Amino acid sequence: MLKALGYFLELLRGIWITTRHFVVNMWFHTVNLIGIKTKRKGAVTIQYPERKKDLASRHRSLHRLMKRDDGKPRCVACMLCATVCPSECIFIEAAEDPDPEIQKYPSTFIIDINRCCFCGFCVESCPEDAIRMDTAKIDLAQTSHEGLVFGLDKLLK
Amino acid sequence: MTDIGLVLIKIVLALVWFLVITLYLTWAERKESAVMQDRIGANRAKIFGLRLFGLFQPFADAIKMIFKEDFVPAFSRKFLHTLAPFLSFFFVAVTISAIPFGDDIRIAGKTISLQIFDADIGLLFVLAMLSLGIYGILLSGWASNNRFALLGSVRGAAQLISYEVALGLSLVGLIMVFPSLRLSEIVRAQGNLLFGFLPAWGVFLQPLGFVLFLFAAIAETKRVPFDLPEGESEIIGFFAEYGGLKWGMFMMTDFMEILIVSTLLTTLFFGGWQVPWLGRGGFQFPWGWTWALPPWLVTVFQVAAFNLKVFFFCWFQILVRWTFPRLRYDQLMDLGWKLLVPLSLLNILGTAIVMSF
Repeated sequence: MLKALGYFLELLRGIWITTRHFVVNMWFHTVNLIGIKTKRKGAVTIQYPERKKDLASRHRSLHRLMKRDDGKPRCVACMLCATVCPSECIFIEAAEDPDPEIQKYPSTFIIDINRCCFCGFCVESCPEDAIRMDTAKIDLAQTSHEGLVFGLDKLLK
Repeated sequence: MTDIGLVLIKIVLALVWFLVITLYLTWAERKESAVMQDRIGANRAKIFGLRLFGLFQPFADAIKMIFKEDFVPAFSRKFLHTLAPFLSFFFVAVTISAIPFGDDIRIAGKTISLQIFDADIGLLFVLAMLSLGIYGILLSGWASNNRFALLGSVRGAAQLISYEVALGLSLVGLIMVFPSLRLSEIVRAQGNLLFGFLPAWGVFLQPLGFVLFLFAAIAETKRVPFDLPEGESEIIGFFAEYGGLKWGMFMMTDFMEILIVSTLLTTLFFGGWQVPWLGRGGFQFPWGWTWALPPWLVTVFQVAAFNLKVFFFCWFQILVRWTFPRLRYDQLMDLGWKLLVPLSLLNILGTAIVMSF
């Protein structure tokens, strides 16, 4: 019987905690609804498609290829990123560049985002700083797999 | 107007009240749980860009459920499988007929009671209909021919029958205090005053009975602290083989049970439609003030008070549902048989001793 009383008191404590949360949050909701700005809000939710949280500066999002001053890709088709990629999602076809300082450029550069695991090894391995993952695009959903195969044209944008 | 027409109008009004509030209890449950957990809750359903805190969410849910496939498993007993949700729904919906919404009103020399079915056995009728709801559970589990569904329904039946005992016994003390089973008379008796200022509500006369009834009634609704029949999170409950609108009827039944339990708590323990110190002519405060009111305003006050009390208990039950974890099966039976039943017997004894002096 004493044990049951202890349980009952704990039930009351639980009810007290949830009621307090309800009343406090309801108070802030009501106050904000009638237009009074408060530092604390009734809910911690961020309404996603309308309001987006700032991404961290080191967040790895969709890849992009960097350009030289003349608009050509900075990539020299050294294949380091394609080699290091654990998902094997990078496909590069090299072609000869007339400039002897550059020697090679990618005639095709395809990243299959379907397979990419966003580990960032390609960015780390690149000796030319030609590939970066700082576009801050995180809503990549497509209705077909083909839409997620990104070629040179999309990556250079 | 004939009496039958009057009864039909009352039935339609009561059912509309019942179903609309049930519909919005789903919204209230989502919103209240969200506010308790520092979230926002369902707020995306909108009509013409109008969101209104997600007030259109029940309609979106209804449209979704209506357009789902009405699936009956090939291995089920088809007739009973279809019948079960209707039985569940019917036995809860019919209880609303015994609940008094307000005092008698007089229109054109006729006295109209704001109650559909003012029977001598009103309270027994409500309890009997709530017990008959077990048939819906048992039939759904058995007719589904699925062992998990059967397990859920057997657990549900065991739980409901166990708590039926505590539910009935916890009310015996109340029936002794207000010597009537007629719900309108119980409410009318609660309009008196204790010691000249305290309204003679059931909760003041039967505090232990109120707590016991609260526990037993929440167990009867089969919701989370006592949701062994369903066990949403790990075992599969008695409506495992249901989908679409039939599943929706089971869900509606759950919410209707919340509402019925709230109305019962209000009617039996919190004075029903009584407003403290409000008589037929207006307020008469115990410290000597009076405030005369026309009869129609008195009725408005009474119906509003009834609704307010009912909404409070709906809020409270949702709060309980989102606060406590589920009881284990042996804990459930212990609570029912070893705590609630002996305490309600003790309550009857105590009430009898006090009343005999």
